[in-house]
Amino acid sequence: MKIMTCPLNGPRNISEFVYGGQVKAMPDNQNVSDAEWAHYVFYEKNDVGIVLEWWMHSPSSYWFIAERHNATDEIIRTYPADELFKQRVDFVANEGES
Amino acid sequence: MPLGLLKYGLSQDFPFEKDPDLPLPTDLKGQYDVVIIGGGGHGVATAYYLAKYHGITNVAVLEKGYLGGGNTARNTAVIRSNYLTPEGVKFYSESVKLYENLSNEFDFNIMYSQRGQLTLAHTDATVRAFRQRAEVNKHFGGRTELIDPTDIAELVPTLNLNPANLPVLAGLWHKDGATARHDAVAWGYARGATQRGVELHQLTEVTDVLVSNGRVTGVKTTRGDVNAGAVIQAVAGHSALLAQKAGFPLPLVAYPLQAMVTLPVKPFLTPLVSSSALHCYVQQTSRGEMVIGGGSDPYPLYNSRASLPLKESLISSAVEMFPFLSEMRLLRQWAGITDMTSDYSPIMGLSPVENYYIDAGWGTWGFKATPICGKTMAELVATGGKVPELIQPFELTRFDRFKQVNEMGATAASH
Repeated sequence: MKIMTCPLNGPRNISEFVYGGQVKAMPDNQNVSDAEWAHYVFYEKNDVGIVLEWWMHSPSSYWFIAERHNATDEIIRTYPADELFKQRVDFVANEGES
Repeated sequence: MPLGLLKYGLSQDFPFEKDPDLPLPTDLKGQYDVVIIGGGGHGVATAYYLAKYHGITNVAVLEKGYLGGGNTARNTAVIRSNYLTPEGVKFYSESVKLYENLSNEFDFNIMYSQRGQLTLAHTDATVRAFRQRAEVNKHFGGRTELIDPTDIAELVPTLNLNPANLPVLAGLWHKDGATARHDAVAWGYARGATQRGVELHQLTEVTDVLVSNGRVTGVKTTRGDVNAGAVIQAVAGHSALLAQKAGFPLPLVAYPLQAMVTLPVKPFLTPLVSSSALHCYVQQTSRGEMVIGGGSDPYPLYNSRASLPLKESLISSAVEMFPFLSEMRLLRQWAGITDMTSDYSPIMGLSPVENYYIDAGWGTWGFKATPICGKTMAELVATGGKVPELIQPFELTRFDRFKQVNEMGATAASH
């Protein structure tokens, strides 16, 4: 069985976790072109190597970040998301939008 | 019956020695009109139609391994057109029509066998989705209908109608569903293409794509540089990595897809049977082996390793569907790398680089599209970049315009 270490719950079977996509820098949602937003939504880093990913421990719904090699499947490090994200992102609709 | 098969049966000596299917390897030339990267089904089919319909024969197919040794050899050889979107159904229906006549066209037996494909619905929501798929399919000339559990029991008497306590409510019965020998499809196309003058270079890896002023000029290979008027990439799981060498990204994520076969037994299962809730499909090959396949791995990886949890879940689903399979022994298991798009439709057509054409995003639906894909890609290249109507919905720029073709009829999509 492959083991992943959850920063909150410790080492667990990988079947308890859900993959949530790569960690990507979000462009400013108020001042962004459609093409830039599309790129942010649909494109991921596609090199072979270590990638930064969102994962969730499903029984506890706890989201965290993992560094994993996308060819050897080696999990290098897992840590809470607040190591990278210090500020809250608020989505506010523009005037006139519903 | 193809004439070649009859001659082979009556022949006194071993015919291959006098008449090899593929020519012996030659030197790589310095210049070709068209270079196709990837000698799988899609690549050789494109070469075949370029030579056959457009008279373009100064073509090289460059393959880093051997002919049809990548995902062409790793898929589970399902041919069907019962998709959900009109764009998808029109496209895959054309492919089914081409497949039906391939053995005769090649004079080479691809072991095409139209046995019908049955997909099981276990919830009301799936039944509704299947009704829609049946109607869309019928509208575009496919043979698909919704059938009830009584008909299913008659069609597949060995099937458990309450697998994993998920009662079968209805089935999507697709009479056009078929299977074929995947190696033979690749060999048939390669033979037809090389007979018309196309060069197939195996063990020739493309290491870089040469681009100048936004236009492709050739490729670097492990056997030297090659100039090319046009370049097509058809490399399945490695599509995004290759496109980066040409200088642009593709919206793809590479997931492994695992499958397996059992030891052969006497024929008992005619249709290809798939369960929407268990994410598992089971079919019997012409050799008697039971093929078991399902969805992709739960997270991305550029590696075709096997994982025990996925094998366990696949086997337990297959045993729920056909309980006596628990008595059988596994013969082989394998994985391939699938290049998944977020909308489960392919990416075909033009790229940001002039004269560089993409055939990618084939995820779990590449084999069934081989003939139509080759035909439309050949037309695209021969016309110098005029995108055929059938593949216009699948162009790369659809993502930038938020015009995805949401193909929830794909095997990997949850229903």
